[in-house]
Amino acid sequence: MLELTTTRHNPLIDPALAVWSWEIPVYLFLGGLVAGMMVLAGIAMLRIARGDDPKAFFSLHTPLLGFVLINLGMGALFLDLTHKLYVWRVYLTFQPGSPMSWGSWVLIVVYGVLLASALIRLPDAWPWAGRRLPVLQSWSDAMVARPGLVRTLAWANILLGVGLGIYTGILLNTMVARPLWNSAILGPLFLFSGLSAGAAMVHLAAVVRGERPAPQGMVGGALAAMCQPLGTALPEKRTVDSLIRADVAFLAIELVLIGLLLVNLYTSSASHAAAATLIVSGAYAWAFWGVIVGLGILVPLALQGLELKYFIPHTVVPALLVLVGGFVLRWVMVNAGQASHVVQAAGG
Amino acid sequence: MPRFGMVIDTRKCVGCTDCVVACQTENDVPHGYCRDWIRTELAGEFPRLSFEIRSERCNHCDNPPCVSCCPTGASHVEDFGKVVLVTANKCIGCKACVSSCPYDARFVHPDGYVDKCTFCYHRTKDGKDPACVSVCPTHCMHFGDLDDPKSKVSELLRTRRHHTLLPEAGTGPRVFYLT
Repeated sequence: MLELTTTRHNPLIDPALAVWSWEIPVYLFLGGLVAGMMVLAGIAMLRIARGDDPKAFFSLHTPLLGFVLINLGMGALFLDLTHKLYVWRVYLTFQPGSPMSWGSWVLIVVYGVLLASALIRLPDAWPWAGRRLPVLQSWSDAMVARPGLVRTLAWANILLGVGLGIYTGILLNTMVARPLWNSAILGPLFLFSGLSAGAAMVHLAAVVRGERPAPQGMVGGALAAMCQPLGTALPEKRTVDSLIRADVAFLAIELVLIGLLLVNLYTSSASHAAAATLIVSGAYAWAFWGVIVGLGILVPLALQGLELKYFIPHTVVPALLVLVGGFVLRWVMVNAGQASHVVQAAGG
Repeated sequence: MPRFGMVIDTRKCVGCTDCVVACQTENDVPHGYCRDWIRTELAGEFPRLSFEIRSERCNHCDNPPCVSCCPTGASHVEDFGKVVLVTANKCIGCKACVSSCPYDARFVHPDGYVDKCTFCYHRTKDGKDPACVSVCPTHCMHFGDLDDPKSKVSELLRTRRHHTLLPEAGTGPRVFYLT
């Protein structure tokens, strides 16, 4: 028996840590989502540099959408800060031991690469901007004319996407005080969750306005530039199928990584086993089994498998479920992780 | 350079919370918050029970996770005394340090920056004791240089049984409890 009483009563610390609310899960989810979209865009760019038709790939059209989403994520992160006026301090230093410092600097590069990637199609996708700023067209032409440059940009997207995806997990992983986060599997898990969410988002973006001609104006054109596939025709069926196949693979790997995370936690110390119990049978079990594993992975896997076999028509339902599952994964890990703590031995 | 540490005799501590009140007064700790606190621990099975009263605070760890995770360097180790401090005008309030502390010793000050025990650095850098140590009515708290073998804290650690909090976290805490 171990009975502890304390006079401490600090807000958001006692009785259980709750300093991070909805903002951090939103930031981690959008960061992972954009990371996944960057990897997919990079793969599409490699195919284009090889000579494939640019219109054949949905994922090439999403860097601008990624730019908007990463800004929303950074907005959520900013809202979470409690000493907001000093946020610029992050960019006056580099702290090699701090994942957050790494992430802050990597995000600057991510911004640059996303904007450069968006330039490849911007004048076509947003004709209003192309007409107002002819330099955009010349930049775009110059990039498309140099396969080496597109290839470099492709690898920058892939490497930064993988880095950003893993970072969102490592950010939590390095905190020794929260046993639920003390597994290096969290990095790859968040990466593959981000990849499946990225594939789902590309999928959704492609169907939003796929069958109509793109608006040409300032506002409509800007919005369309984020999701309108080039041209008026939908990309071929085989590219839709390849996106679904990729998503199935990402989801299957995510499921394996979740299993490994639980094995890792249950075979570690008492603190880690107690932390795992929080999500397996504790307060977060409904969200973990019901939403993350059930609705977010198993149901989309089954639906997409049936779609690929032409047993059921193709819909956006699996993509929506994957996005919901991806967000709830971050929400559960952030909240249950804060509730987990190092278990004190009796008499310690 | 000294390496400050604190030694607390749990056989003398009565849990009067004088140390808590002294800290709040000395450091103008906002109402409803505390930089140090009293924890009581009852362990074992009747009739073989053990009871310990501890005055707890930031452990000013030798390997502080709150310092390594800080993205701005606001959370840092002072050269003199090796005390872990937060520079308020460098802190962005990301709360990574709060999450990384196994002792939950930090909190967000109502003004937005992260706050915690400083070992009363404004006093101890001038050779005085922290406020909590100076007011303790049972003289159960001792403060000094752990690297000086002649200091009171070193002598107590040499001659008395002691433990630290959550040593398995690997943080190297520098608040020791005599048993």
